[in-house]
Amino acid sequence: MSKMSFENHIMKQFDEELEEIRTRLMEMGGKVEQQLQNAVRAVTEADSALAEMVIKEEKFVDEMEVDIDEACILIIARRQPAASDLRLVMMVTKAVNDLERIGDEAKKIANHAVLLAGEKTGSQGYTEVRHMGQSVVSMLNNALDAFARFDVDAAMRTLEEDKKIDLDYKTALRELVTYMMEDPRSISRVINILWVVRSLERIGDHAKNLCEQIVFVVKGKDIRHQ
Amino acid sequence: MTQAITAEKKKPAKKTTAKAVNSLDVSDHKATVGKNFADNAKMTMRNVNVFYDDKQAIHDVSVDIAKNEVIAMIGPSGCGKSTFLRSLNRMNDTVDICRVEGQICMDGEDLYSPKLDVVELRARVGMVFQKPNPFPKSIYENVAYGPKIHGLADSRVDLDEIVENSLRKAGLWEEVKERLHQAGTGLSGGQQQRLCIARAIAVSPEVILMDEPCSALDPIATAKIEELIEELSQNFTIAIVTHSMQQAARVSHRTAYFHLGRLIEVNPTEQVFTMPEHQLTEAYITGRFG
Repeated sequence: MSKMSFENHIMKQFDEELEEIRTRLMEMGGKVEQQLQNAVRAVTEADSALAEMVIKEEKFVDEMEVDIDEACILIIARRQPAASDLRLVMMVTKAVNDLERIGDEAKKIANHAVLLAGEKTGSQGYTEVRHMGQSVVSMLNNALDAFARFDVDAAMRTLEEDKKIDLDYKTALRELVTYMMEDPRSISRVINILWVVRSLERIGDHAKNLCEQIVFVVKGKDIRHQ
Repeated sequence: MTQAITAEKKKPAKKTTAKAVNSLDVSDHKATVGKNFADNAKMTMRNVNVFYDDKQAIHDVSVDIAKNEVIAMIGPSGCGKSTFLRSLNRMNDTVDICRVEGQICMDGEDLYSPKLDVVELRARVGMVFQKPNPFPKSIYENVAYGPKIHGLADSRVDLDEIVENSLRKAGLWEEVKERLHQAGTGLSGGQQQRLCIARAIAVSPEVILMDEPCSALDPIATAKIEELIEELSQNFTIAIVTHSMQQAARVSHRTAYFHLGRLIEVNPTEQVFTMPEHQLTEAYITGRFG
């Protein structure tokens, strides 16, 4: 159990406000994770209805970002947080940004899922998407778990998962290029797959940012770009 | 289904650790954490203990104040920060039951040596108090009094110059130059406080001690004093006791946190307000007790 606590302020209201932004960040994380899972499934199962749903629901993620940001600004204006409280508020404003970007990437994946489902030819690339999708969903899940528990060790472990995702991305690229060389008719659909794996790789980067922010909240150490 | 499970799982964990802070006992607190010593020390305090009769107010405090630095002393009421500040220019000598042990030096010279001239010491280590306390004299006389009794001016022209320079450094000259011979007590609170600062710097002190200099002032007057502290630190060494943590964060280079007579932590101000080393400092500056 970590030593982080955002309770026991003399102003009880302040406890509640900090708890509120934490809870809402977790809700947003849950929503984004769901969007990502659905987007990946929409690709691999050629489910355009599911993809449309992801596209439609992206606006909820955007709304959550704006709401949480506003709550953070209010806390800064009202409470002038310091030390761990300040780090938490700063972390949350950054984390909602990363989560919103993950939401954007999930929407992009869903857009490509619609195009792919419309083509109805072949299934090249699905294995790559499924494989990378699983790794990325699991990494995001671990990152959010680490945040919920302020677990630095878990965050550091999860951070390392990004390396594997980058490697998977490179492997997938090579596979996809091979498909295109083997059958030039597949180029247009494989390019769609290529954008999907690109988005998955970007999501890995955002999940990595989340992990770095957890370390910042708990330890006060900035480990970015190291 | 999966989503429902993950959402459930990620409810923030309830924390139980912080309760301990309020009851944290510091009687076994041994050493100050952080950077309490400085390479270019102006004042050095070692193992300072202060007693009021048999009640110990300060326990074994060792800290340096560097040349031209602004050091802020913060802590809950009754933590000893004012007592400690007052022992730096022997203001505690005026309290009969007060006894100071340990070593307090300025530029290597023991301030509690029997040979030391206390009046001269208080010119070298000036003090500004919580409530502005100008003498019931003219603005000019308020500033000129110190240089006169310490023989710092040879002529009226010299004295005029000292008065003008001091008022300028205190950021008050433009506001009072037309009415130097009116009563100092007729000024606004913020102006009176700046007059007291002008009076303190008129005798060319090396160190200025400030005991909550802004707590009786409105935000604008406070901002002016804070701006002034920043400017003064180019020429003087400043130790400031403040109840406002934001003020400590704004004006000081290092921050010292006192708790129940112990010096808990001294660190660069930017560190204290973003990632303090000690749990008590953290609890205090985040508003968990006070």
